[in-house]
Amino acid sequence: MGLAFKLIAQRISLGILLLFAVSVLIFVGTQILPGDVAQSILGQSATPENLANLRKDLGLNDPPLTRYFNWLGGIMVGDLGTALTSGANISEAIASRLGNTLFLAAVAAVISVPTAIFLGLIAVRYKDRWPDKLISASTLASISLPEFFIGYLLILVFGVKLGWFPTVATVYDGMGFGDRLNAVMLPALTLTLVVLAHMMRMTRAAILNVMQSAYIETAELKGLSSFKVIWKHALPNAISPVINVVMLNMAYLIVGVVVVEVIFVYPGMGQYLVDHVSKRDVPVVQACGLIFAAIYIGLNLIADIISVLSNPRLRHPK
Amino acid sequence: MDLKTIPLSAWLGIFSTSLFAFAAIFAPLIAPYGLSDVVGDVWEPMSREHLLGTDNLGRDLLSRMIYGARTTLTIAALATIVSFTLGAFLGMAAAVIGGWADQLLSRGVDLLMSIPTLIFALVVLSVMPANILTLILVMGILDATRVFRLSRAVAVDVNVMDFVEAAKLRGEGRIWIITREILPNALSTLVAELGLRFIFMVLFLSALSFLGLGIQPPEADWGGMVKENKDGIIFGIPAALIPAGAIAVLAISVNLIADWILNRTTDLKGGRGGN
Repeated sequence: MGLAFKLIAQRISLGILLLFAVSVLIFVGTQILPGDVAQSILGQSATPENLANLRKDLGLNDPPLTRYFNWLGGIMVGDLGTALTSGANISEAIASRLGNTLFLAAVAAVISVPTAIFLGLIAVRYKDRWPDKLISASTLASISLPEFFIGYLLILVFGVKLGWFPTVATVYDGMGFGDRLNAVMLPALTLTLVVLAHMMRMTRAAILNVMQSAYIETAELKGLSSFKVIWKHALPNAISPVINVVMLNMAYLIVGVVVVEVIFVYPGMGQYLVDHVSKRDVPVVQACGLIFAAIYIGLNLIADIISVLSNPRLRHPK
Repeated sequence: MDLKTIPLSAWLGIFSTSLFAFAAIFAPLIAPYGLSDVVGDVWEPMSREHLLGTDNLGRDLLSRMIYGARTTLTIAALATIVSFTLGAFLGMAAAVIGGWADQLLSRGVDLLMSIPTLIFALVVLSVMPANILTLILVMGILDATRVFRLSRAVAVDVNVMDFVEAAKLRGEGRIWIITREILPNALSTLVAELGLRFIFMVLFLSALSFLGLGIQPPEADWGGMVKENKDGIIFGIPAALIPAGAIAVLAISVNLIADWILNRTTDLKGGRGGN
């Protein structure tokens, strides 16, 4: 277990280091760019007094390093500051929205991951026959379709014409699980369609890679059915790359959520971020940016850790 | 190159991409109405006067689509040029120089890529002035990270070849080695990537405009037009799907071409180039 433990500890510390570097990057990106933040918030018509006041409120007169550590220190204790435009506490606003976003992403994941793996297996089983070709073609379509095309098409068909699901994904506190699920069904389906093809294709590639091994030939020669060969012999050995693919797509889901939330007017983090980018509310944008980046880095980290853990050679070194 | 060997899918891609390019170049000549002329009722259905109907303000949708093609394609192309020039040059330079310069650039790119592109673009756009130059630079620089990785990987392979060694021994400078030895050998891979990056730019720009953070009205681009017409969807008016569909068709066409180029270059690597 020693080697695997060491590797994991290494990955985690690297992840933390990366997160710090990202926080610096986000801070630098919003503070030390040519545009004056106070000027861009107040616009061209601002009086010098207003500008000076706002600069003082924002702490823009402090040296950048002080401002960075004040900001970082706040984040460490869960204080993300207050929004410039509304004066609301950002941590409180984000808490409920983050829950909504994670719920949406989780529903999308529950639908897309099993479907993708199942269809990936089908593609391997019927390699170079029509199910495989269909899956390859759908990958091309799926990386080319913008999220809003899928989203509005689903709204038009399932929301407006058929009336099966609500066209706007409204959720509120105290809503029952069933209602909530019904409300997020169309956005979750949109996200599923966005990541499905890619996940499917990568699963197919990962399993096909394993299928070249000698032990697969043995399994085939001893007369096992092709599904059994794939399921019992290929899949367990392909689990690490498949999980990697799944995690990468989950990371993509979290990002794809931004556009999808705007399409469906869903009260999540993405909508919150976009609203405040156009209002030029820098503290909110920084906070959201950092949280999105942290989730993204975290999921990539989990993918790394799982691939270490699922490798028996690393778990039981000689 | 033998025209007969181009597969049907690539022809389809070339045909519809040229159609879009034609519309973009000759927009003022072929658009039946002006960009912002109100010529009818709000969200009129398709008719002989308005082939694609009218939009949320009663403007001719077809005309706006044609002008939109111009904006979308131009800005995506410019951003792709920024991304390629920057990424390819730095990537090859990193491979040729090696050592600390390579480390610095590669780790910097790793850091930039650890934040999702759209999120980082939103963070930066929240403080930058909203104009087209900013947009092109932000999109170009963020995307240059992908080109950097690819061109560095290709250049590292080429850099150890004998002919590069010979050039170094001849005393050629680094710039010469990058432009005369490495670039020609990396070109085919980069050209296939060019198509994919261009499509990514179209989708990226459209997403930003759709979120209201890209091209600002009254200019028209496809992503912005989806945003303008999205409220019609709830009343069963599909106007927003037309620009969204155009983006999809363009993306698929360019992908078909890129696929073909990619297959062709892998065939060439096989040595015989039989097809």
